[in-house]
Amino acid sequence: MSAKKLVLYGTLLALTIAAPFLFPNFKTQLATLWLMIIVALSWDMTGGQMGYNSLGNIFFYGTGMYVAAVVTIGIVYDVGEYTQASGGGIYVWTWGQYFAGMALGTLAAGLFCALCAFLIGWITFGLRGPYFAIGTLGVAIAAGELVSNWEWVGGGQGISMPNYPGDFDQFKLVIYYLYAVLGVILFMFVAWLYQTRFGAAINAIRDDEGKAEAMGIHTLRYKLITWAMSAFFVGAAGAISAFQLIHFEPLETAYQTINLGIFMVVCVLLGGKGTLWGPVVGAVMFQVFKEATWNYFLGWQWVALGALIVVVVVFFQDGFMGWLRYKRPEWFGIRVESKDAATEGAS
Amino acid sequence: MSAIIEVSGVSKSFGGVKANADISMTVAEGGITGLIGPNGSGKTTLFNSIVGYHPIDAGSIRFRSQEISRMLVPEIARLGLLRTFQQTRIYGAMNCVENMLISIPHRKLSLMDAFGRNTAEDHERALHMLEFVGLYEKRFLQSGSLSFGQQKLLEFAMALMNEPTVLLLDEPTAGINPTLINGLIDRLQRANSEFGITLFIIEHNMRVIMNMADKIYCLAHGQMLAEGRPDEIQDDQRVIDAYLGAH
Repeated sequence: MSAKKLVLYGTLLALTIAAPFLFPNFKTQLATLWLMIIVALSWDMTGGQMGYNSLGNIFFYGTGMYVAAVVTIGIVYDVGEYTQASGGGIYVWTWGQYFAGMALGTLAAGLFCALCAFLIGWITFGLRGPYFAIGTLGVAIAAGELVSNWEWVGGGQGISMPNYPGDFDQFKLVIYYLYAVLGVILFMFVAWLYQTRFGAAINAIRDDEGKAEAMGIHTLRYKLITWAMSAFFVGAAGAISAFQLIHFEPLETAYQTINLGIFMVVCVLLGGKGTLWGPVVGAVMFQVFKEATWNYFLGWQWVALGALIVVVVVFFQDGFMGWLRYKRPEWFGIRVESKDAATEGAS
Repeated sequence: MSAIIEVSGVSKSFGGVKANADISMTVAEGGITGLIGPNGSGKTTLFNSIVGYHPIDAGSIRFRSQEISRMLVPEIARLGLLRTFQQTRIYGAMNCVENMLISIPHRKLSLMDAFGRNTAEDHERALHMLEFVGLYEKRFLQSGSLSFGQQKLLEFAMALMNEPTVLLLDEPTAGINPTLINGLIDRLQRANSEFGITLFIIEHNMRVIMNMADKIYCLAHGQMLAEGRPDEIQDDQRVIDAYLGAH
């Protein structure tokens, strides 16, 4: 890694750690920013890098929430009894129980969602293009409806997570750092993944799947693994959200197809599909735009958001990073280079 | 020379159109076999049947004595039986080097290998092959921005990168500048003689195919019309009639 890059990454990491102390009143917004970065980066694994535009990744978010809830409650109390009481009973968690639930719940959410992605992918990866998008959206909507009729996990009323045993300000800090750690791990993971042969293979699937098959690439295997990895991170992020929100219900919060389910796609489109930094940049742009409109144009915020989506889709289809690549191709290594000019190993 | 691909009694229909009817032929190991015929005579359909692109209605296709007519495209490709496309298919958003690196032979790759990076040797081979087809200077350009002829050359280089045993080429010289064609013929012959790759080529350019092939098959209306050495095919009245439309 070059010195310039090291300085950049070091600065960003320092900023990440210091952010909740620099802006103590914005801890929740900063935590949401990290959530957007996580869902955008993991959406881009399939949408941008592999060319499979899923509209159903919210399924993993919602499922992650519920898995985390069931695990956290289940290790201490009976889940059915707990949801029947709907907050009426007296249920307390010790520090140890709370954090054990958090650790196990988040891990279980990730793993369960990865498994779900494998199973759903087995069926839906037969679909291409818009059919895949609609097919996955259908899975997410159906899951929301199913869960809202499942009384064991609280049905349409939703389910309550245990309260944080410490004070509320500290709780916000814990949530922020959980998201941040997951986000940093995800970023490092994809930065590594896109450098491997695996990364190249999923790019090949995006550019021409028929060709990739004809060249002997294990297309289905790579597609399933990619989606499972993506689902792991969305599911884990959902688990953290479950703890953050304390109470959530299936249709508006967990399987919120029209909010977060679309926002994650918009983030990636804003920043630039199929690039490492695009989803991160896009998530920051989106979150700033969203907070600004929700604060200063209340009542018109959805109109403003719709207008933003239209402008991006019509004028900036390649997003910020795509625009940058068009303006500064040399920054991305696009150049004609004769043999004499080459410094690296020629044959 | 023994037969590496044996096609016997293969038929394939699309609705009412009999694209291939009872086709039997062989491709000799280590040689260059040609497939000619007027437009719509079923050449590409036969290619597609061999590489598993669609199921066949009847007959058998064997590669090294192994029945492959029920196998899937990537499985057949991993056996070392590779094809290029008439319309040229490359990964347009990536540069030439990346296109080459993706084309490393995946049959030799375990899942763990896939999570590794490309080796220095892979890079060296990629550059060597790009130089072989004359695209070295353009290696960092997005391959989608190359001309059609250059994309064809890139696709050929990608196929070589995959170290196939047999390479099926669908009209390799179509759309290539006439002055480049001689260079391409030379490279195809070198791929055959130096790398030992068996070639099976669909070609409309008679000068090209007559110069290169050891044996030529001619299809017309989905049926095998004639087979033989290039000089025999050239003098075959049935072939001439088929091309001029008397058939």
